[in-house]
Amino acid sequence: MVSARDRRGRGGLPGVLKGLAATARTAVRPSHTAEYPDVAPTLPPRSRGVIALLEENCTSCMLCARECPDWCIYIDSHKETLPAATPGGRERQRNVLDRFAIDFSLCMYCGICVEVCPFDALFWSPQFEYAETDIRDLLHEKDRLGGWMATVPPPPALDERAAEPGEVAAANRPARGTGLVGGGGTRPPRTVRPRVVRDPPPQEPS
Amino acid sequence: MTLLEVVARAVAALAAFLVLPLVVGQAEHKVMAHMQGRLGPMYAGGFHGWAQLVADGVKFVQKEDLVPAAADRWVFRLAPAVALVPYLVALAALPVHPGVAALEVPGSVLLVLAATSVGALGTLMAGWSSGNKYSLIGGLRAAAQLVSYELPLVLAVASVALAGGSLSLATLAERWSPWWLLWQLPGALVFLLAGVAELQRPPFDMPVADAELVMGAWTEYTGLRFAFFLLAEYAGIVVVSLLFAVLWLGGWHGPLPDALGWLWTLGKGLLVALAVIWVRVSWPRLREDQLQRLAWLWLLPLALAQVVLTAAGVVAGW
Repeated sequence: MVSARDRRGRGGLPGVLKGLAATARTAVRPSHTAEYPDVAPTLPPRSRGVIALLEENCTSCMLCARECPDWCIYIDSHKETLPAATPGGRERQRNVLDRFAIDFSLCMYCGICVEVCPFDALFWSPQFEYAETDIRDLLHEKDRLGGWMATVPPPPALDERAAEPGEVAAANRPARGTGLVGGGGTRPPRTVRPRVVRDPPPQEPS
Repeated sequence: MTLLEVVARAVAALAAFLVLPLVVGQAEHKVMAHMQGRLGPMYAGGFHGWAQLVADGVKFVQKEDLVPAAADRWVFRLAPAVALVPYLVALAALPVHPGVAALEVPGSVLLVLAATSVGALGTLMAGWSSGNKYSLIGGLRAAAQLVSYELPLVLAVASVALAGGSLSLATLAERWSPWWLLWQLPGALVFLLAGVAELQRPPFDMPVADAELVMGAWTEYTGLRFAFFLLAEYAGIVVVSLLFAVLWLGGWHGPLPDALGWLWTLGKGLLVALAVIWVRVSWPRLREDQLQRLAWLWLLPLALAQVVLTAAGVVAGW
């Protein structure tokens, strides 16, 4: 048997009246419906919609393709030999990107490729409206991936009291000994390389 | 009464029958949506989905009209009409303005009550003829509900008829006085609850309890015949709401000039319909035994007490 105490809701109102009050209260408040196709949704910062490619930065190093957990990045490239810039100079080789494609029917939006790219060639874009009626059309080739660059937002501002970004910290770091008086004030190298001690050109014994 | 007048009255009743249930249905769509923090239909017709039910109707017309092989063919086909037409008759007999009713008969109270009872027979026929156990259980539940709630409903109306000394809805509305709001209050509550139960609307929708019975007696219906059942449900809300407005809320009595009496009747009816919708959104479904318990242990004694109170009042000359 239900006791009288259980039958009443908190606040002394019977449950049936509380139910009526709850629905009436909800009715006079704004609804939660997102009118999506008519009203653009407000996405959180760093939303993962689609991956954009900045082709100029890509060196075809294949790091992204190798790190991709489901192998959905396809890269073809070849080497090109550039003629020497100055007469008597050395010919140089560089990688030319032939194909860069991401299959978004396989992609699981983990973002490892964006993280792993050492040359800032891949970016997250919040654009998500690229559904297709044919699954094969989800394979985005180089030009389409490059087109997403226009939708990449600027990086969000740092949180208050966050550590300063690595580039700024590196630029502000006092220069280490360059051998010059006063430290020189030039920007130190960003990567640690074995110090090459350049001796003055050896004197030919005469 | 000339032939022209007969045709005009019939057309007016039919127009009201086709428009008012859709208004209530659309109101249910939107009110229920907002009570649940949604927007409801927004596209059909352009402005806040006003044409959603028209679109639904077009869709229902396009659907195939299926009759199950095991069904009792003729009864199955006839059931939607039996469910729908009585409400048309009842709606025609309801007065909305002094002297304005499509069907003017001296005993309109009896006519309306009798007609609405026949409507539930359609559900019973549908449940019996479908050749489906869910339909059958739904139909039997509907019949049990009808038997239980018809009695308090009739007693509540009888109380008002006693107070007004008439069996004509128009006369009762004429003799209504604000004092009835208090005097007839228990009867009004009984009528509202029993009316919602009569319509098999939540929280009294055990006959169509979808978790238990799929769609109860309507399980096997498709297309236009299914739409007729839905239309009957909303027409039933209109009839019960207008009946309540005429009998307990004074119909066309209101502070506006007399020429706008019909507006008062419809407005009061709409308020009652909104209350029916509100109750649907807010309350969970009763269990079958709780339903019978409520009817026989609470509503019936309350209605009887109301009749006694009214009789005492009439004798005492209140």
